Amino acid sequence: MNEKKKTVLVTGAAGSLAKRVIARLHGRYHVVAVDFRRKVETDADIPSYKVEIHKRGFEDVFRRHKIDAVLHLGRIFAHEGDRTRRYNANVLGGKKLFELCRKYGVGQVILHSTYFVYGASAFNPALLDEDAPLKASEVTQDLVDSVELENLAQIYLWKAPELNITILRPCNVLGPGVRNTMSVLLSRPLVPVLVGFSPLMQFLHVDDMADAIVCAFEQNKPGIYNVAPDDYVTYQVAVEQCGCRKLPVPSIPPLLPKMISGALNWNAFFPSYLINYFKYPVIIDGRLFRQTFGWKPKRNLNDIFSYYRKHKLLMA
Amino acid sequence: MQAYERLKDLARLASREEWYRRIVTPEIEQQIARMPKPVGSFGYDAWGYNENAAKLGLGIVKLLYDKYFRVTAHGLEHIPPRGRVLVIANHSGQLPLDGVLIGGAMAMNPLGPRAPRAMVERFFPTVPWLGGMLTGLGAVIGDPLNCIKMLEQDEAIIVFPEGVRGSGKLYRQRYQLQRFGNGFMHLAMQTGAPIVPVGVVGCEETMPSLANLSPLARLLGLPYVPVAPPLPLPARVYLNFGEPLHFDAAACSEEEVTARVETVKERIRALIDRGLAERSSVF
Repeated sequence: MNEKKKTVLVTGAAGSLAKRVIARLHGRYHVVAVDFRRKVETDADIPSYKVEIHKRGFEDVFRRHKIDAVLHLGRIFAHEGDRTRRYNANVLGGKKLFELCRKYGVGQVILHSTYFVYGASAFNPALLDEDAPLKASEVTQDLVDSVELENLAQIYLWKAPELNITILRPCNVLGPGVRNTMSVLLSRPLVPVLVGFSPLMQFLHVDDMADAIVCAFEQNKPGIYNVAPDDYVTYQVAVEQCGCRKLPVPSIPPLLPKMISGALNWNAFFPSYLINYFKYPVIIDGRLFRQTFGWKPKRNLNDIFSYYRKHKLLMA
Repeated sequence: MQAYERLKDLARLASREEWYRRIVTPEIEQQIARMPKPVGSFGYDAWGYNENAAKLGLGIVKLLYDKYFRVTAHGLEHIPPRGRVLVIANHSGQLPLDGVLIGGAMAMNPLGPRAPRAMVERFFPTVPWLGGMLTGLGAVIGDPLNCIKMLEQDEAIIVFPEGVRGSGKLYRQRYQLQRFGNGFMHLAMQTGAPIVPVGVVGCEETMPSLANLSPLARLLGLPYVPVAPPLPLPARVYLNFGEPLHFDAAACSEEEVTARVETVKERIRALIDRGLAERSSVF
């Protein structure tokens, strides 16, 4: 290699997605792994830290390593902390991250956002473009942190063009080891479904998402992109395909399923603030990302669902 | 005892399968297979259209089309066998049966079946079951963004520019075209989609409404509540498809757009007159 290897900081390193991204970058780049949950066990040459990004200790990572790019994949989910803690970690932590990137001359930041920011409403047209309004905070207070982090990133997108920020809004990412809400849900043998509702959904394999992040990182074309395949399936079909049994939950009046979710503490897999996403479709248009980066998912829906089917057979 | 239960289950299965086969005939499967309609690995498209739902839906529509409303359709050759198109028709009869029958004519067109897409009111997705059912059959909420993206992907869309003004009108106003919205013309001009005008005759008589209970409608959040027969009457329906009209994208004022809409309206009026002249008996 004639040029110096770049150093890449990956947050949320203990997660399944980050592990895959690190594996793809390893060797070609110096990787620094960071997670708030634990010090990740990685290959000998990857420095790893347990640190919360909104705390002071985070700056030491930048002091110790000359970071060239940040892949911000880490996020506190609803079942990992209350609203205030999530706001502090995700939004204030995000701000801290952008400021540190400016201070230490980081040349590229990739932010892993979510399609939840569009909000699930009955009035949504299908195939939402990147410039569609972000209505998630209209639906619930609990998604404010996701929307705010996006707004923050968009401010830095024009305020600090030298950061080369790329915002990725993936659809539901599933696969081995993924611990997001949808993956936890489909791993369960018995899964709540809203009676009379089965919205269309998009799913992406975690390996394809890791490829997408590496694509976005290596080609460096700042901007906002939806990341989604051109294939669709309804929620209840997905539930069947994953080998889950359905638990019908009454859907009217709209407050009822939220109360049930709250009373039974389904926060990790069917949280009350995401109920609308199991009622109305949020279909995003992934064309821009696919065309800009020449990326295409390699795994189809059946590949994704078969993991959950097999997983259940192994547990039985 | 167990064997008996199993036999009973089998019998039930066989009859359900038989029913399905009676509705979804091989002919219908063939029509669906001939449609130039791309779907994903589970038979869905981005707007929720589902091939299996469409088969069942078309099977039921075919029965209504042939046996109940005894539809006569002319000018089916004007529906392009592929490519984007806007099908514009007059709206009547309280329930959107005219849309169902036009869709049936398009889906069963021997010259080239199309998967018909219809724009529906925004409150439908909030209704359990019904919302999902309509979506599966190809309906989408009437958002211009949906319409543009669909036309870009070469779909065939049915639009009633009169909206509820047309479907909710009373029996004494029958075959009087209400005000047309201009939205469809903008969509046609923006996407270069040809417009196929349709005159529908007969749907006015399926549900003659004597009055509209507007206070009750407001209370229920519905566009109108008619004083009408509880079920559609079996009136004969005549569909006249006209030659496709093309409109260029040349930027023009809202006034000029309205003038273009009027030409479409005139065509539809002529097609309605043709249907009325052809009709010998209402039922």
